[in-house]
Amino acid sequence: MNFFLISLIKMGIVTAAFMTTLAYLQWIERKVLAHIQSRLGPYRVGPHGLLQPLADTLKLLMKEGFIPSHVNKFFYLLAPFLAVFFALISICVIPFGPSVEVLGVRTDMGLADLSIGVLFILAISSAGVYGIALAGWASNNKYSLMGGLRSSAQMISYELPMAIALASPLLILNDLSLRTIVNEQAGFYLGVLPRWTIFQMPFPQIFSFVIFLISGFAETNRVPFDLPEAENELVAGFHTEYSSMGFASFFMAEYANMVTVCCMATVLFLGGWHPLFPSTLGSDFVPVLLALAAGAMLLYHGVAQPISGRPWDRLTMPAAGVVFSLVGLVFLVPMLKPFLIPLFWFVSKAGFLMFTFIWVRGTLPRFRYDQLMNFTWKFLFPVAILNLLITAFAVALQEPKS
Amino acid sequence: MSETITPGATLEPVASQDGGTTRKMTLNMGPQHPSTHGVLRVLLELDGETVVKAQPEIGYLHTGIEKQCETKTYQQAITLTDRVDYLANLSNNLCYCLAVEKLLGIEAPPRAVWTRVLLTELTRINSHLVWLGTHALDLGAMSMFFYATRDREEVLKIFEMFSGQRLMTSYFRIGGLALDHPRGGLAAVKKFLEFFPPKIDEYETLLDNNPIWKNRTIGVGVMPVEQMLAMGLTGPMIRAAGIPWDARKDEPYSGYQNFEFDVPTRTENDVYARYRVRMEEMRQSVRIMTQALEGMPEGAYQADAPKVVLPQREKMKTQMEALIYHFKIVTEGVHVPPGEVYQVIESPRGELGYYIVSDGTSKPFRVHMRTPSFGNIQGLGPMCEGGLIADTIAAMGSMDFVLGDTDR
Repeated sequence: MNFFLISLIKMGIVTAAFMTTLAYLQWIERKVLAHIQSRLGPYRVGPHGLLQPLADTLKLLMKEGFIPSHVNKFFYLLAPFLAVFFALISICVIPFGPSVEVLGVRTDMGLADLSIGVLFILAISSAGVYGIALAGWASNNKYSLMGGLRSSAQMISYELPMAIALASPLLILNDLSLRTIVNEQAGFYLGVLPRWTIFQMPFPQIFSFVIFLISGFAETNRVPFDLPEAENELVAGFHTEYSSMGFASFFMAEYANMVTVCCMATVLFLGGWHPLFPSTLGSDFVPVLLALAAGAMLLYHGVAQPISGRPWDRLTMPAAGVVFSLVGLVFLVPMLKPFLIPLFWFVSKAGFLMFTFIWVRGTLPRFRYDQLMNFTWKFLFPVAILNLLITAFAVALQEPKS
Repeated sequence: MSETITPGATLEPVASQDGGTTRKMTLNMGPQHPSTHGVLRVLLELDGETVVKAQPEIGYLHTGIEKQCETKTYQQAITLTDRVDYLANLSNNLCYCLAVEKLLGIEAPPRAVWTRVLLTELTRINSHLVWLGTHALDLGAMSMFFYATRDREEVLKIFEMFSGQRLMTSYFRIGGLALDHPRGGLAAVKKFLEFFPPKIDEYETLLDNNPIWKNRTIGVGVMPVEQMLAMGLTGPMIRAAGIPWDARKDEPYSGYQNFEFDVPTRTENDVYARYRVRMEEMRQSVRIMTQALEGMPEGAYQADAPKVVLPQREKMKTQMEALIYHFKIVTEGVHVPPGEVYQVIESPRGELGYYIVSDGTSKPFRVHMRTPSFGNIQGLGPMCEGGLIADTIAAMGSMDFVLGDTDR
């Protein structure tokens, strides 16, 4: 009973947090892209467009879900479900933090701790291609068909280097459970360098990290591998014929996949919730300092030296400054510390990777279909295998663990 | 292109290598499509992702501007020329004015001529910036578009200073300019000339250092040079194929012989070469503008031709003759002696020609425009055939056509 109750509570929290993240990831993407491109981005709905995700969701919900007459209705309606289901389900094996004690109950931060967590995620992300392929086929539209075909070919091709890149850290860590993987990465070399997989002996997994990230870009159909929905070639690719929530599902699936890939990279390569430097050197104070600095800056610009002429900024900026400072102080509360600090490190690592996704989108042009295939089969795949071989040798030559 | 593609026709199945049958697919790209820059329709016959045949269909933006010109007086028709190629408005103004001036046998005074050069080169930068932005956007480099439009804004501000309009300038008039330079106009141009050249380097850093950009453009969209000439492609398209044809050098007009500049050429004849040529052209335009700015003569901005140019307001109020001319020009328009004329200029897109026939009245009998986009779009078929769909997009972007310019 207790287990069910706790699981239900955790499910509620994770679902709410995940959905909000998806909505606000879109806002962040628009803002970051806008600033890369010297624009302002969303600005009208709420202060700095903060309510934009809500407005977008409401708009998409209230739109007519138009089903064109020429589609295969069953698969047409099934496809967005599949896409969004497979995108959302993988979050349940991701561990966000260590075991914590809340109100006398000891529990893991994360929904489930599967002993085959890595395999589960690989299987689920492969299944995700069905949603896109079916959408492309069922739409009975030439652009959609080509988008679906491109997507299936691309995702299947990039799964190989991705899986092989994942295999190398697993050789070192010797476990498939994501929680154990993170726990294996605890500690520091020489007291400073974290034992994350990308730094871990016998062979640092920096190459497989990069390969995993590149394949991640392809798996999530992001620039420069966004060929399935290349607007300038295929209009909207596989979701050309979708409107309303059908479209929103694909949109959500894309962002959910992005979050999953970033979480996976964080767990497997960046040491999950383990801090960048030991807490003896004061890593617990990093979030406090960051939040206080942000708060101070906002207060300074809001009160002492206003940088904008808009009247409500005189109000909202100091208010936001106070909020940020309070958030910083929350990290000092001893009761909340054990789970807020790990969560901070996990979120900041995953967040940095997500920022990289957006950053790349603002920088790179798009690959061509044949170049994409050449890149994975002739470059990424061999490099991944080479990396796996070297890691295997290094692990084999190492002194056997007791 | 031997046969035309029929959209929607069921193509005969062909035996494929593995024993089954395959069927080619026709794809209707456009008239509404994100990459056709307006309303171009391209019919593609596809074998998988490979383009077997490509056929441009034009006419979706036919505005009848040529015909409309016949219903307007010579002065009024200037406003229509803006709308032909809305990214190179002043080039069209210039070409039309030069043609009519040739018929009338008058010449614009030096100040007007130099201003015309200055602003037409600015138009070239304007047009190339839009091309650069949209071309990069087509290939997925999204940020480039915003950088280009951001800097184009400065050009448009200058246009607005001079003519009061950002796009439909109509600043050049028969016999000179509509108005003298605005206060601070030349200073704004000078500021732009200092601000802009580093920006070109910035664009090149963003694109040239990028292997994906090079992969997408080098060796793409090649067609035989002879065929290009036969089909009437001009401008940066043939200059990227190694033919240094530039009307500014080869048939100087509007005082271009007084300016020192190079005609950039490349020999690769691919999308990348066209990109390089246009980037270099922007630099040359800056060079020409610097010279025009330094040597800007003082004096009248309109020709001393009372029958053509509207008199000054003050003269009209005080002198009988000026009042009569004013009345005649406003009510009847300018009477142009019978004859025909063909004037060529180098627009940002290539060779722009205006052919005007006059029957002696105040309205043109016929205005025909030899527009560069129409010529350049002919090369779409040979350039895209054999490539992938993505190459079609790259090749179309490199042509830099404006549909208004194609359909008139």
